[in-house]
Amino acid sequence: MIKGKAWKFGNDIDTDVIIPAIYLNTTDPEELGKHCFEPIFPNFKERVSKGDIIVAGKNFGCGSSRQHAPIAIKACGISCIVASSFARIFFRNAINIGLPILESEEASEKIENGDEVEIDLEKGIIKDLTKNLEFKAEPLPESVLEILASGGLVNYVRRKLGGE
Amino acid sequence: MGKTIIEKILQAHTKDEVKPDRLIEADIDLAFANDITAPLAIEDFKLMGAKKVFDPEKVALIPDHFTPNKDIKSAEQAKLVKEFAKEYGIKHYFEVGRGGIEHVLLHEEGLTLPGDVIIGADSHSCTYGALGCFATGVGSTDLAAAWALGKLWFKVPRTMKFIYHGKLKRWVGGKDIILFTIGQIGVDGALYRAMEFSGDVIRELPMDDRFTICNMVIEAGGKCGVIEPDEKTIEYLNGRAKRNYRIFKSDPDAEYEKIYEWDLSELEPQVAMPHSPANVKGVSQLRGVKVDQVVIGSCTNGRLRDLAIAAEILKGKKVHPDVRVIIFPGTQRVYKEALKLGYIETFIESGAAVSTPTCGPCLGGHMGVLAKGETCISTTNRNFIGRMGHKDSYVYLASPAVAAASAIAGEIASPEEVMKG
Repeated sequence: MIKGKAWKFGNDIDTDVIIPAIYLNTTDPEELGKHCFEPIFPNFKERVSKGDIIVAGKNFGCGSSRQHAPIAIKACGISCIVASSFARIFFRNAINIGLPILESEEASEKIENGDEVEIDLEKGIIKDLTKNLEFKAEPLPESVLEILASGGLVNYVRRKLGGE
Repeated sequence: MGKTIIEKILQAHTKDEVKPDRLIEADIDLAFANDITAPLAIEDFKLMGAKKVFDPEKVALIPDHFTPNKDIKSAEQAKLVKEFAKEYGIKHYFEVGRGGIEHVLLHEEGLTLPGDVIIGADSHSCTYGALGCFATGVGSTDLAAAWALGKLWFKVPRTMKFIYHGKLKRWVGGKDIILFTIGQIGVDGALYRAMEFSGDVIRELPMDDRFTICNMVIEAGGKCGVIEPDEKTIEYLNGRAKRNYRIFKSDPDAEYEKIYEWDLSELEPQVAMPHSPANVKGVSQLRGVKVDQVVIGSCTNGRLRDLAIAAEILKGKKVHPDVRVIIFPGTQRVYKEALKLGYIETFIESGAAVSTPTCGPCLGGHMGVLAKGETCISTTNRNFIGRMGHKDSYVYLASPAVAAASAIAGEIASPEEVMKG
């Protein structure tokens, strides 16, 4: 079960504002986390608590394919992203590194900044505890769940290579 | 019910039944990365326990983003990539000086071909669809998985068709068509979709313009862009293709999620304003916007035809005193051709700087970073907040023709106006 405070973001949050390219000369999650959202939300990492949740509008993570973007967000302690939709490369990257993400237009609209949110990933249920509301997210495809169950794509491939 | 070209290409690479929204596992013809995305992929590839890449002929590594190395950390990343290429016998490794910007280089080298399934750890990997293949950008872990297994899972995209009619005006080309289209449908207008471009306007377009169009489908959220191969495609591939290739075309009764149809005869050059590629207006509506920097090049517009257009406008003219212009050819081959044809001399004579091929300025990496409050008109592909430098800088996206005209005028200007004056 995931539980944390909601941090609201708007539509079309691109990977350049999630992690500016100037910091892509490293793959170190800690270092990337320090600069997460720097152009639009400086010191994001210091302001969030471990387990907090991002709630965003449509097309979250659009732009570049840099996997550094979900890595930076995860390094800030964010436990899940709820958005009305995700850009497709970001979607895959988040799943592959084991950062849970859920799509729900209703949750994206109704949850407000600072609300306490609880998420049951397996059932895809998002609860706004502050407002006492419940939302059902789009279920993740089976093969994607298989990757998550393996603990990310690295472990999934490792198992496949070992077994074949 | 018939199939689209994208559905047919995917079907030729999988045992699974290809239908929109289905998840399939497809064989990969080429899987490549750059100096930013490869280091993460290499880490994951090793963690996966892989001993070798699935086929060293089908892997490419192109250091192009922070190269020539901009600082010590970047140099360490580039070194890691080079060592990996050596250790795993990767033939298609392109060192600085023998390569260029990946998405101009790989098609020039004949490594991306019609009918292929191609993935690259860079979002602009969709560029190659202009040759009639399925090409899409992925993250580093996906790429590592493909290096290990030679396969990757995909959700079969629904296809949107874009049909363009009419005859384009002078100075209007591929960049204007794609900016216009993104302006119409928005930055998520083709989210998860394949964008198929067709119509008499596309048939008339040279290959370089077609690459520009497919390059920017990601800016509409698209998974891939595609243009059916024709005689221009085949001519481009003659003497260039490194393997045999297969030509696929959409069936007349193929199913499209949506069809857009436009007549572009009256279209003027298009410009995307800060901070979104969908924030598009005609150039005549932006007259008077002063610019500090002009950038011509990138994987979007760093091909020979782009430089030819810029040279035609800059020839015998001077860059405005308040403006700095940076022109970077896409590859060493483009650079050399431009030199032979006299374009480079024209650029230098006009007062522009000519840079070695690099992605640097496009993503605010190096070789043209913007200061606070500066405005740039650029032939690149993104104008997000802080994309080319300081978070309070402003990027306008346009064609090489509009960028070159603006370089002379010192403000956003139409090529027609500058050529008259």
